[in-house]
Amino acid sequence: MRRAGVVVVGGGPAGMAAARAAAGCGVAVVLVDAGPKLGGQYHRQYGPADGDRFAEALPEAVEHLANATVWAVEPVAGAHRVHVRVGAVDDPSRVGRVLETRALVLATGAYDRALPFPGWDLPGVFTAGAAQALAKGQGVAVGDRVVVAGTGPFLLPVASSLVAVGARVVEVAEANAAVSGWAARPAGALAGWSKTGELVRYAGVMARHGVPYRSRNAVVAAHGSEWVESVTVARLDRDWVPVPGSARRVEVDAVAIGFGFTPQMETAVAARCRIVDGFVEVDAAQGTSVAGVFAAGELTGIGGADLAAAEGEIAGLAAAKRVGAVVDPPLRAMAQVRSGRRFAAALAAAYPVRAGWRGWSRDDTVVCRCEEVTKGALLRAVERREVGAVRSLKLVSGAGLGLCQGRVCGRNVAELAGVEDAAAFARRPIASPIRLSELAEE
Amino acid sequence: MRITVDGEEVEARPGQTVAGVLLGKGVKAWRTTRGAGRPRGLFCGIGVCFDCLVRVNGVPDVRACQRLVAEGDDIRSQAGAELPS
Amino acid sequence: MSRIGSADAVVIGAGIIGAACAEALSAAGLRVLVLDRGAAATGTTASGEGNVLLSDKAPGPELELAIASRRRWPELLTSLREEIGEAAEAEWEPKGGLVVATDEAAAAPLAALTAAQRAAGVEAIDLEPDEARNLEPHLTEAVRAAASYPGDAQLQPVLAATALLAAVRARGGEVRGGTEAHGLVLSRGAVAGVRVEGGTIPCGAAVNACGPWAGHFGIAAGAPITVMPRRGMVLVTAPLPPVVRRKVYAADYVAAVASSDVDLQVSAVVEATATGTVLIGSSRQRVGFDDALEVAVLRRLAREAIRLFPVLAGVPVMRTYGGFRPYTPDHLPVVGEDPRVPGLWHATGHEGAGIGLAPATGKLLADLLCGNGTEVDPAPFRVDRPGLLEEARA
Ligand SMILES: Cc1cc2nc3c(=O)[nH]c(=O)nc-3n(C[C@H](O)[C@H](O)[C@H](O)COP(=O)(O)OP(=O)(O)OC[C@H]3O[C@@H](n4cnc5c(N)ncnc54)[C@H](O)[C@@H]3O)c2cc1C
Ligand SMILES: Cc1cc2nc3c(=O)[nH]c(=O)nc-3n(C[C@H](O)[C@H](O)[C@H](O)COP(=O)(O)OP(=O)(O)OC[C@H]3O[C@@H](n4cnc5c(N)ncnc54)[C@H](O)[C@@H]3O)c2cc1C
Ligand code: FES
Repeated sequence: MRRAGVVVVGGGPAGMAAARAAAGCGVAVVLVDAGPKLGGQYHRQYGPADGDRFAEALPEAVEHLANATVWAVEPVAGAHRVHVRVGAVDDPSRVGRVLETRALVLATGAYDRALPFPGWDLPGVFTAGAAQALAKGQGVAVGDRVVVAGTGPFLLPVASSLVAVGARVVEVAEANAAVSGWAARPAGALAGWSKTGELVRYAGVMARHGVPYRSRNAVVAAHGSEWVESVTVARLDRDWVPVPGSARRVEVDAVAIGFGFTPQMETAVAARCRIVDGFVEVDAAQGTSVAGVFAAGELTGIGGADLAAAEGEIAGLAAAKRVGAVVDPPLRAMAQVRSGRRFAAALAAAYPVRAGWRGWSRDDTVVCRCEEVTKGALLRAVERREVGAVRSLKLVSGAGLGLCQGRVCGRNVAELAGVEDAAAFARRPIASPIRLSELAEE
Repeated sequence: MRITVDGEEVEARPGQTVAGVLLGKGVKAWRTTRGAGRPRGLFCGIGVCFDCLVRVNGVPDVRACQRLVAEGDDIRSQAGAELPS
Repeated sequence: MSRIGSADAVVIGAGIIGAACAEALSAAGLRVLVLDRGAAATGTTASGEGNVLLSDKAPGPELELAIASRRRWPELLTSLREEIGEAAEAEWEPKGGLVVATDEAAAAPLAALTAAQRAAGVEAIDLEPDEARNLEPHLTEAVRAAASYPGDAQLQPVLAATALLAAVRARGGEVRGGTEAHGLVLSRGAVAGVRVEGGTIPCGAAVNACGPWAGHFGIAAGAPITVMPRRGMVLVTAPLPPVVRRKVYAADYVAAVASSDVDLQVSAVVEATATGTVLIGSSRQRVGFDDALEVAVLRRLAREAIRLFPVLAGVPVMRTYGGFRPYTPDHLPVVGEDPRVPGLWHATGHEGAGIGLAPATGKLLADLLCGNGTEVDPAPFRVDRPGLLEEARA
């Protein structure tokens, strides 16, 4: 086992900034990322192109482990052991690597939240992030005629990426009434001006391609036998209950849905970081409740790539300091974080998920995709057995017990069942599946 | 490079994911569920949902959206739960 | 649902043992209130693999209790189904067990154990290696000897516990989560109530079914008993096609179960669940209530499982979880009234067998509490046996 200086998990804007900052203080850094190329979600690079522009620009003190999945974080005396498998994804031939560090930066990002509706398990229904990742990373459009639906400004870059790879975006359905939401918090909107600048650009793309943007609308059903052939789009009231008589059938061959993001929290939970309101709690130096563990980026709140990078810089410096480096306080990054957090709060307030979604699904709608647990079965189990916590909820209903370990269904299932400890779904000591033979050699 | 998908030869490029190749060919579903035998393909696209499982070189439960293709890969659709060969 | 103001019996702890005690007490006509500081069936019970075993027990009082319990589980679940319908579903599966010796050294002790178990009334069939591989086609070729136990069974612990609690509610009892018992209120030295946040629940009897925390509650109740946690971890594979049919484990497991070693003991117990996942248990370790992940333990489990079923090598592990088995110094459960505090009953210390032993434990406790005759001899489980009572700490 090698004792590294700083170990950074996640190679998105937060993780890359952390690695650069720590290396800038002369500390040896190992940057571990599951992807073949750095960049994370926002800066996703085109896979088939040669080279990795971010890896090439890294300081020499950073060792980048690509195709490297952290499957466990093990607390040991005064340090953490980061268990990594490196190689072809999900293949038993991966090679193990264990990094022990006193300064661990977690920057594992987030993934889209998808809400269930009848037909959401048909092929052709994608998350918005999937459409984005496929467009940016593979140059592939998920369909020819696509509806983008959900909530938040993220729908716009997704729609414009789809347009860029040749898809026709039939419409963008925003479940909230976005404009009034922004206006309600001018200070926050102002602080996130760079983001809104970006939004103006995307809005331009939408306008040029004649993509209608409809607020208070959502895809509430998808139809087809083997894959999506059409969707039902309905107008929503303030609580996201479909307005009677407003349903329209729209012919599509793909749907991209995204209702905000859920942080990818298992490594932070494994390191025993305190979680507050679904995010990792951090102090002004991005330190978590656990000494020697820092968190940055979407793990700590959803606020976009600039905020993630600023947090990453601070976390990287704090981690370097912990292993003995002398650092100057990153005043500029700290100011960026302050304003970025205001932006993030405004974002969260403007694009909430409203309870009406619970009525989009029917009794026979699958809510846990892995284990094919329907809403009806879930609610019956909860009622019959008076389930009061996530741990028993999973075991009496089967929801969240499949391969994704509740990543997709966890929050939805907890809300439908009325149990409050939704974050308990993030307790996944095995952060990513590992073959038994790999585990045997660890 | 050449790979095979359910026995049929397919042209692919380094840096493509298995899902990228399949969707690029217009294949939308390559797995069936264990319970109801329903078709599934890509959903989250970033490795979190495990909907896109596929069999690669005899090994099932491989995430097609994350796995990069390699020369000669034998890719097969997966029916429910399968054992490695 | 209406809240009970007072109860004939308050059961503290809504794990499988508390649930079984409450079920049996309410079947006897008592008004029962079950308290849990968390939610029902989220303690050790949520970690149990659900084996209902005869095979891992040598002749003695625990085997007696296990035989009674093995008989009772299916009867109880059948009668509950009539009473409360589908809420009684618990994935009961009388699948049988297979114990495997992979070297000559383990073969002879296994044969001796099966002979003794047969004498005690357990169906234990000695098998040749090829017979064992006929029963379990994916079993390692290294098998030297094996024993089949048709009586071993399996159920899903959380379903089972919640089914028992649903019956308690159906009979007018109450299950109250989020309520910690802080101690007892005594009247003339005997139990008059259970102390909870903001008040007292009057009752005639209190049952300490706090699992690995039973020692803590004993202290709070002024009647300490020696019950300690023994940590166990389990690996869960991705769902698989049928590959392991029975509950299969290595012959050295029996030795690990009975051992008092502080050090880590690992011997694989491999079984499939109703959803197709394969559970690989389990380790035994005395580390207090420390629940930190230890990769070394997982590695040992993985190796042991592959040793029994080489085909599992390429299968993904998607989850691991652990819990703390409540154990006593002599590895026997405690079921009975505390001689120091009349009205305080203990039902705990079932270590790695609480799921299997629950219904007979509940019945035994209810029979004792109601003054009925008992099916099994209660003496070995009594509270004042050597080593169990601790001096009340100030
Ligand atoms: C699919 C998707 C696409 C997005 N596209 C855009 C966009 O185009 N524009 C925009 O403004 N915002 C986009 N976002 C929002 C985006 O998440 C943030 O703006 C930004 O990327 C967050 O940065 P981060 O560093 O916190 O995390 P991320 O960029 O998400 O980076 C996290 C990194 O950690 C790695 N990782 C996670 N767990 C492990 C592990 N166990 N082992 C090893 N590595 C691990 C991941 O592979 C990933 O590379 C997208 C989000 C998603 C989910
Ligand atoms: C990994 C593992 C595998 C196992 N496999 C098996 C198996 O295959 N077969 C088998 O038979 N057994 C198995 N066991 C053992 C079995 O799980 C236990 O024996 C059994 O669950 C103990 O049940 P219990 O009700 O005594 O304890 P618990 O389930 O722990 O219940 C005790 C309850 O008391 C509550 N509590 C504690 N203090 C208080 C208080 N002061 N006030 C209110 N509530 C309180 C707790 O919240 C808890 O819910 C296994 C155990 C482990 C750890
Ligand atoms: S599409 Fe979700 S894991 Fe591949």
